[in-house]
Amino acid sequence: MTLMQIAEPDEAPAARLRRRAVGIDLGTTNSLVATVRDDGIAYVIPDDEGRPLVPSIVHYGEGATLVGYDAAPRQSPDPQNTIVSVKRMMGRGLADLTDDRRFPYRFVDGPGMVRLATRAGTKSPVEVSADILRALRERAERRLGGPIDAAVVTVPAYFDDAQRQATKDAAKLAGLPVLRLLNEPTAAAVAYGLDHGIEGTYAVFDLGGGTFDISILKLTRGVFEVLATNGDSALGGDDFDHRVFCWILEAARVPPPSPEDARLLLLRSREAKEMLTGHDAAPIVATLSTGQRIDLSLTAANFSTITRTLVEKTLAPVRRALRDAGLRPDALQGVVLVGGATRMREIRRAVAEFFGQPPLTNLNPDEVVALGAANQANALAGNRERGEDWLLLDVIPLSLGLETMGGLAEKIVPRNSTIPVTRAQEFTTWRDGQTAMAVHVVQGERERVADCRSLARFELRGIPPMAAGAARIRVTFQVDADGLLSVSAREQTTGVEASVTVKPSYGLGDDEIARMLQESFDHAADDMAARSLAESRVEAEAVVNATESALAVDGDLLSADERGAIDDAVAAARHACGREDTAAVRLAVESLNRATAAFAARRMDRGVARALAGRTVDSLA
Amino acid sequence: MIDFGRNHFELFDLPARYVVDADALDRAYRALQQSVHPDRHAAGDDTARRLAMQASARVNEAYRTLGDPVERARYLLALQGTDPLAGSNTALDVDFLERQLDRRERASEAAAARDAAALERVIDETRAEAASAEARLGALLDTGGPLAQACGQVRELAFLDKVVRDLDHLLVEVEA
Repeated sequence: MTLMQIAEPDEAPAARLRRRAVGIDLGTTNSLVATVRDDGIAYVIPDDEGRPLVPSIVHYGEGATLVGYDAAPRQSPDPQNTIVSVKRMMGRGLADLTDDRRFPYRFVDGPGMVRLATRAGTKSPVEVSADILRALRERAERRLGGPIDAAVVTVPAYFDDAQRQATKDAAKLAGLPVLRLLNEPTAAAVAYGLDHGIEGTYAVFDLGGGTFDISILKLTRGVFEVLATNGDSALGGDDFDHRVFCWILEAARVPPPSPEDARLLLLRSREAKEMLTGHDAAPIVATLSTGQRIDLSLTAANFSTITRTLVEKTLAPVRRALRDAGLRPDALQGVVLVGGATRMREIRRAVAEFFGQPPLTNLNPDEVVALGAANQANALAGNRERGEDWLLLDVIPLSLGLETMGGLAEKIVPRNSTIPVTRAQEFTTWRDGQTAMAVHVVQGERERVADCRSLARFELRGIPPMAAGAARIRVTFQVDADGLLSVSAREQTTGVEASVTVKPSYGLGDDEIARMLQESFDHAADDMAARSLAESRVEAEAVVNATESALAVDGDLLSADERGAIDDAVAAARHACGREDTAAVRLAVESLNRATAAFAARRMDRGVARALAGRTVDSLA
Repeated sequence: MIDFGRNHFELFDLPARYVVDADALDRAYRALQQSVHPDRHAAGDDTARRLAMQASARVNEAYRTLGDPVERARYLLALQGTDPLAGSNTALDVDFLERQLDRRERASEAAAARDAAALERVIDETRAEAASAEARLGALLDTGGPLAQACGQVRELAFLDKVVRDLDHLLVEVEA
């Protein structure tokens, strides 16, 4: 009894003209997915209960992985298998996490990116992020009625190459067709600019859960041009929570807490911080596993004092961005606040004071990034209407360069270069007969290579032997519209060419990516199994229902034995539906169909006889 | 797509002069990017997308060159077959050099005292001197002044640029 859904032939093609495009804000604390309606208005896609956010929390439980609100209650009782703020670990090694003791995880060190030991095995931050992205993808697909055609995923503007690569890999792993990585403040500017039709020079101050960006943009007749960007990819609302956490430990004389208690106190810290955006004091009450009871009150004045240095820490990047843009703080038409952490009164005060004007807050700071990304996805997917020909011109946040003699970094592409960008520089050999050259690609503003981020190393071999200084090795840097870099080197004096191109990586080998993809396929297989179980149950119920109504009408056609056999088969099918075994359900349906075959034939005969009995002799002639 | 054979001035349809109409340059740049930027060709095949990236990078490079006072002068002189920063004549005015030495000294003192505001004042002062050097250079290049003098002015401007960059680095270290 196979059910088929048949679409009206006239409706199908028109419905598929618009491509399913989504914008995703993969945040430290919360993530969102948004899309653009047929009438051009962007909106955030809520879950079945109407909630727009997905808390960026993944819980690896016994057999099941929970994401978002379902995972949130697990963070305090099971902190080591419940991953929060994974964004802070993207593209980062253990050595980069100077604050790793703040996280109650079991870190696994290794080359490249840090890993986490969980009940579900060792997970890289890319895999954890992919689990969040998968939940967003499924939410969007349910709403839009089919697979996503185009996705734009946002990243902090100050993310370096490794962090961008990691984000793109996570999206691929989650089965999202990523058309573009978009900088978060730029996405916010798009949402703001399109919504309010503003022109002029604006600053976007974006303080999220774990990252801080400042971008200066010029909006001119539909062109959003980023003049300069700066930030701190490890500064956000989490750090304010942590200050409160430390204050609690001191004020209540708490000995070093267990991971479970630490997570509980961090949650209470965040609640207190959020409460202080509208109150002058917040209670902090908790009972620890040691039996110690915490009962404190944090005043707004106290909170301001313990977080003052964090607020000041946001202003140095703001000054640098303005300097790079060649602007004074009072030269801006407006300052847009983005990110949940900009709800703090301390931040609003500091921003207003620095720029000499009250900041703009008329769009929801949690949603504005996802809405801008949805607009960009819609445009890139080709859904845009005539007249909507706006364009984004973005920049790279950090200079890209090479290591030269003495461990110094030679910058090839300076920060705030508009992308895409291609730059080449010539180098030469320093030793007679030198046939190879090591190329070490670095990113950052510091003079010494040791203070910059190492992106990639490769060797150019096969340089013909010649006198020192005679070879001409041209190294070309190319940064695409996603802000991702590729580097090639070529020796060109003798016509002998040797060249190599590297994609910088953060230490995830190709085999590791392959393994993760395989696992995600396995995951997809799980999803598929769940779907076919559900489908076979639906079919079984339909067959059982059909059989029971037939028995009610034509039960008299059966002998007692025959009736008993059919009743047994119905009971067996019902029982099978209660188990998690697709094959058992199918088998039960099959035997029920066999048991009713003779009954169905007799019913058919009776039906024909009844139909004939209703007709006149004349009409049969 | 764009004609890669054109020089930067031709690309933006501007006269090959040192003093450029900044508004006209900005308008031409935005109009070109509107047609060549990769976002405009996201739905195209691999070849179209690669071409868009190359064309867009070329437009960005031309815009950066013409927007930068030193790079624009070098580019203009290169079209005439001269490179003011190459060659053996690297002589700079003694008064000019003394001013820069004094400036660096004050900057080091500010950095040692971790006084970011004082360091920023030195940077602003250097930028102001660069702006007047740029005005003098425009007068020399666009009215057919002596080439040697123009080249000397480009060297001063490039030197001031380098001072600003170095002091910016110093500031990053101070603020770090």
